[in-house]
Amino acid sequence: MSTYAHKKSFGATVWDYLTTVDHKKIGILYLIAGGFFFLVGGLEALFIRVQLAVPNNDFVSAGLYNEILTMHGTTMIFLAAMPLIFAFMNAAIPLQIGARDVAFPFLNSLGFWLFFFGGVFLNCSWFLGGAPDAGWTSYASLTLESDTHGVDFYILGLQISGIGTLIGGINFLVTIVNMRAPGMTYMRMPLFTWSAFVTSALILFAFPALTVGLFLLMFDRLFGGNFFDVSAGGNTIIWEHLFWIFGHPEVYILILPAFGIFSEIFATFSRKRLFGYSSMVFATVLIGFLGFMVWAHHMFTVGMGPIANAIFAVATMAIAVPTGIKIFNWLFTMWGGNIKFTTPMLYAIAFIPSFVAGGVTGIMNAVAAADYQYHDSYFVVAHFHYVIVGGVVLALLAGTHYYWPKMFGTLLNEALGKITFWLFLIGFHLTFFIQHFLGLMGMPRRVFTYLPNQGWETGNLISSIGAFFMGVAVIILLINIVMTQVKNVRVGNDPWEDGRSLEWAIPSPPPFYNFKQLPLVRGLDPYWIEKMEGKKEMTPAEPLGDIHMPNPSFLPVTISFGLFVAAFGAMYHVDDKNWALPVLIIGMGITLISMLIRSVKDDHGFHIHKEDLENEDDKGGRA
Amino acid sequence: MRKRLHKWRLISIFAILALALSGCGEPFLSTLTPAGEVAKKQYDLMILSTVIMVLVIIVVTVIFIYVIARFRRTKKNENSIPKQVEGNHKLEIIWTVIPILLLLVLAVPTVSYTFQLADVSPMKQKDKDGKTKDALVVNVRANLYWWEFEYPDLGIVTSQDLFVPTDKKVYFNVKSSDVKHSFWIPAVGGKTDTNPEGVNQFWLEFDGKGSEKVKNQFYGKCAELCGPSHAYMDFKVQTLSQDDFKQWTQDMKNLKKPAAEGNLAKEGEEIYNKSCIGCHANTANDSRPEQARTAPNLANFGDRTRIAGILEHNEENLKKWMQDPEQVKPGNLMTGKYQKLDEHELDALTAYLMGLKLEQ
Amino acid sequence: MAAVQDKFTEMTWPSSPEKATLEAKNKFLGFWFFLGGETVLFGSLFATYLALKDKVPDSSHPLAKDLYSMELTFAATMLLLTSSLTSVYAMYHMKNFNFQRMQAWLLITVLLGAAFLGLEIYEFSHYVHEGHTFTSSAFGSAFYSLVGFHGGHVAFGLLWILSLMVRNAKRGLDLYNAPKFYVASLYWHFIDVVWVFIFTVVYLMGMVG
Repeated sequence: MSTYAHKKSFGATVWDYLTTVDHKKIGILYLIAGGFFFLVGGLEALFIRVQLAVPNNDFVSAGLYNEILTMHGTTMIFLAAMPLIFAFMNAAIPLQIGARDVAFPFLNSLGFWLFFFGGVFLNCSWFLGGAPDAGWTSYASLTLESDTHGVDFYILGLQISGIGTLIGGINFLVTIVNMRAPGMTYMRMPLFTWSAFVTSALILFAFPALTVGLFLLMFDRLFGGNFFDVSAGGNTIIWEHLFWIFGHPEVYILILPAFGIFSEIFATFSRKRLFGYSSMVFATVLIGFLGFMVWAHHMFTVGMGPIANAIFAVATMAIAVPTGIKIFNWLFTMWGGNIKFTTPMLYAIAFIPSFVAGGVTGIMNAVAAADYQYHDSYFVVAHFHYVIVGGVVLALLAGTHYYWPKMFGTLLNEALGKITFWLFLIGFHLTFFIQHFLGLMGMPRRVFTYLPNQGWETGNLISSIGAFFMGVAVIILLINIVMTQVKNVRVGNDPWEDGRSLEWAIPSPPPFYNFKQLPLVRGLDPYWIEKMEGKKEMTPAEPLGDIHMPNPSFLPVTISFGLFVAAFGAMYHVDDKNWALPVLIIGMGITLISMLIRSVKDDHGFHIHKEDLENEDDKGGRA
Repeated sequence: MRKRLHKWRLISIFAILALALSGCGEPFLSTLTPAGEVAKKQYDLMILSTVIMVLVIIVVTVIFIYVIARFRRTKKNENSIPKQVEGNHKLEIIWTVIPILLLLVLAVPTVSYTFQLADVSPMKQKDKDGKTKDALVVNVRANLYWWEFEYPDLGIVTSQDLFVPTDKKVYFNVKSSDVKHSFWIPAVGGKTDTNPEGVNQFWLEFDGKGSEKVKNQFYGKCAELCGPSHAYMDFKVQTLSQDDFKQWTQDMKNLKKPAAEGNLAKEGEEIYNKSCIGCHANTANDSRPEQARTAPNLANFGDRTRIAGILEHNEENLKKWMQDPEQVKPGNLMTGKYQKLDEHELDALTAYLMGLKLEQ
Repeated sequence: MAAVQDKFTEMTWPSSPEKATLEAKNKFLGFWFFLGGETVLFGSLFATYLALKDKVPDSSHPLAKDLYSMELTFAATMLLLTSSLTSVYAMYHMKNFNFQRMQAWLLITVLLGAAFLGLEIYEFSHYVHEGHTFTSSAFGSAFYSLVGFHGGHVAFGLLWILSLMVRNAKRGLDLYNAPKFYVASLYWHFIDVVWVFIFTVVYLMGMVG
C-alpha cells in the first residue's frame, strides 16, 4: 500500500479523479467545477452590465438578455455557490471532526457527478436552441409561455443536480452525527462543521419542495399536465410557494457555511477563541429553523392578504436577531485579539460591513407595506447581491485562500491575493450600492434595457464600471492560482501558524486516510489546546491498527451520465422526434443497470495494514 | 490603518456621489418623491426603517473601526497570545434584547400599514344596479406588453393611458390575461401582481399637488418579468382634477363612432375596418367580453402620449411601429397579425388613427 | 465492533444487526434522514393536491365525490397495512437469525404489495374511463401525481425487496446484508404511513365532498 505516493501519468490521474471516493479529491472536483461555473456566471453578469451601461443599448437582444439573466442567477446559485460550498465542506469537515472519510464515500462521489452532469446539461441549452429565459425563479405562467427548450433544460438540469445536492446533504448529516473522533462532542465541533450540519439539514428539508415543483413543471411542459394551466383549473401560485419554500432556505443553505468559514477565519487570525461559541451555535440553528418560516416574504405583492403578509413580515424580522448576535460575536472575537491581516482575514473583515448593509436592507424588505415599493425593483437586486456577494462570495474567496494550503499543499500569493481583495471589494460596492437607489427611483429588475430621461443613466453607468473591477479581480485570482501551482512551494501542517482545529494538525494535503490514528479531542479548538501545552501534534485516541478504506468506483459517473442522456430523450420527445424515446430508455437503462451493479456487487472496501502505515514514517498524518 | 480608512472614505464618497448625482430620481417615477397617500405611507416606513438601520450600522461601525485599529498584530506583540475569552453573558443579552426592541418599533407600524393598504371595503358596497356606491373602481388587465383599464361602473374601456381623478381614493381590480405581470406606479404607490388566476384588489390615491409638479403625468411600469419586452411594458397615468375627470368620463361616453376627416383618413378608416378592428376597438364603450379584447382600445388614440407605450407620440413613430412592431417591441403579439402595409396605407392609417380624439 | 465479513450462528448474532457495524449505523441513520426528505416531498404533493382538488375546466368533468369508492380503497388499505405487518414479522426473524422465515414473510409482503398495486392500476383505469385522466384537468394532474408517486414508491419497494431476496437467497444473513433488509422494511413502513394519509386526505375527505 505504499504505491499511492508514486508519481502518476496524466491518464491515471484523470481515471483516479473519475473514480475517486476520497472526500479531499471530491472537494477539489467541486472546487474546479464550481469555479468554472462561477467564471461562466460572472461572464454572464458582465454581459448584463454592458447591456445596461447606457440606455437603449443593443449589445444583446431582448430575448438573449432574458436568457443571460436567467442563466446568471441559476448558474451562480446552483452551479457555482452551492458546489463551492460543497468543495470546502468536503475539504474540511471530515478533517475537522477527525474522521477518515465521510459516511457514504460512494454517494459523495455520486452527488458530485450528478451536480456536474446536471450543470453541463443546463449549459448545453446555449448550443441547442436557447437557454432558459424565465428568470432563475421560473414563475410558472411565464415558463409555460416560453416556447424554446430552454426551460426544459432548466427543469431537467436542476432536477439532476438537485438530487446530487440532496445526497450530499444527507451524507454530511450522517457524517457529522456518526463519524466524529473520540471526544469530539457536538459542542466541541468547529463552527464551520456546525454550519455545515445545519445547512445539510436545510438541504434535506428544502430541496424536496423544489423537486416537486420541478416535477409539476416538467409534467405540464412535457407530459400534458395541468398544474399551472389556469384554463384547466390550474394555479400558478402553487409554483411560487413551492419554489420559495425551497428558495428561502436555499439562501441560508448558502450563507450559513459562509458564516462558518468566517468564524474559523476570525478565530484563527485573531489568535483567539470564538467569542460566545454556544450562542453562535444557537444562532446558527435558530436561523436554520426560522429560515423555513418566512418563504412568503418573497410574495408580499402576490395578493396573499394582509394577515399572511403581516405574519411573514414579523417572522422575517425575527431572523435579524440571531444574525445580529453573530455579527457582534465576530466583532468581539477580534476584540482583545491579535489580528493578522492575511488575505482571508481581509475578506472576513470586509464581510462585516458589507453583510450588515445587506442585512439591514433585508429588514427593510421585511416591512411588508414598504416592500410593495421595493419588490421586483433594483432595490431587491442590490439587497440580495449585498447578501450573496457580500456574504457568500466573500466567504468563498476567503475560503479559497484559507483552505488552499490544506487542499493543495501550497500557499496562494498574499500580495496578489490582497490586490484581488481590494479590486473585488471596491468593484462590489461600486456595482451594487447605487442599485438600491436605482430601485427606489423606480427601476424594475430584469429589464433588458431602459429609456433615457428616467433618471437612471448615471447610476447604471457607475454600476457597470464596478462590475469590471470584480472581473479584473477574478482574473488576478486565476493568475495567482496558476503561479502558485507552477512554483509549487510546499507548506507544512499549519501554514497559517495559528490553526486551531484538527485539520491543521495533519499534513497539507493530508494522506488519503487523513489520520493514521484517530485523535483524542479534549475541547473546543483541539489543536490549539495541544499547541498551548507545548505539543506539536494531537494525542492519539487509539493504537496504530489497520485502517478500513472504501474502494474507488466508476459507477457514480455512469449513473449520472445515464440521467444526462435520458434528459435529452425526455425533452425532445415532445417534438415527436423518433429517436427521443429510445434515448430516454437507453439513458434510464444506463442509470438503472449501474445502480443494480452497485447493489448486487458486494463492496467491502480494503484495509491499509498496520505495517504499511508504520513504513510511512512521518509522511502519514500521525495524530 | 490608512488603507482601511481609505476604504471607508471610498464607500462614503460613493454614497454621497450617488445621492448628489441622482438626487431622488425623477418626480414622475421615483418612490422617493411620493405623490399620494399610499406612497407617502410607504415612504414613512422607508424612513423609519432606514433610521433604525442606520443606528445599527453606526454601532457596528464604531466597534468595527475600533477593533481593527486597536488590536492589530505588530512586530511588538507578534508572539503574544491573547486571553481566550469564552463569551460574556451580559453583552450577549444586550445584543439580543436591543435588536428585539428595535424590531418591535418597526413591526408595529408595519402590521398596521399593511392592513391599511389592504383596506378595500368601499369596493364591496354596491347599489341596487350592482354598481359600486361611492368608490371609483378601475379594472386593470395586464396583457403581453400592454395595459387595459376598464371603468366598470362607467362603461368605459381604455388602454395604455390610465385616467384618474386626484385627491380621491381609486380602487383597482388587477389581473392578467396571459402571464403574470405586476402593476406599479412608483411615485404613487407600491405594486400589486396581476395574476392569471384571480383578481387582486388594492387602492391608490393621486395627490393633486404632486400631480401638478409632474404636469399631471406619472409613469407606470410592469414589475414582473413577463417576456422579451418586459422592459417596454410601460403605461402612463394622466391625473385630472375631480371636475375634469367627470368631464372626461362624459366625453368618453359620448365618443361615438369616430368620423374620419379628409380623404386620406377615410381611406385609413377602410384599412382599419379591414385589418385592425378584429382586435382593436375604436370606441370607448367596448361591450365585448374581455377575452375578445385582445389588443389595446384605440378610442382616444390621438390623445395618447406614447406610441406602443414607449415611443414619442408622433406620426413617424406610429408608422415605424405599424411597419414592423417586432423591431420596436420584441415578442409582441401584433406582429404578423395583419398584411404588410405599403407607404400609402401607412400614411392613411396614421391619418385616421391620429384623428381618434376626444372632442375638445 | 463486529466486521461485515464475520460468520455468525444464532448464538453470536447481535441483537441489533441493523446497527452492528459503522457502515450499518451510517446506513440506518442516512435512511432515516432520507425519509425525512421524502416526507417533505409527499407533503408538497399533498399541498398541491389540496390546492387543486376538484379544480376542473368545466362541469362535464367528474369531481372527487363522483369518483372514489369506499370498497376499493378500503381493500387496498387493508392489503397495504397487512403487508406492513408481515414485514415486521420478517424483521423479527431477521433479528433472530432465521433466514428462511424472513424470506417467507418477505415474500408474503411482496405478494400483498403486488395485490395493492394491481388494485391501484384497476382503479386508475376505471377513472380513465370516467374521463378523469392525468391531462383532463388540474385535479386529474394533482390526483395522479400524488397517488401515482406513492404507487411508484410501492413498485420500487417491491423491486427492491425482491432483488434483495434473490441476491441473498443462497448466502443467508450476515452483517453486510442485514442492514439492507432492515432499511428496505423501513422504506416499506414509510410507504404504508404515506398511504394512510392518502386514504384519509384523498379518499375519505374526497368522499365527504
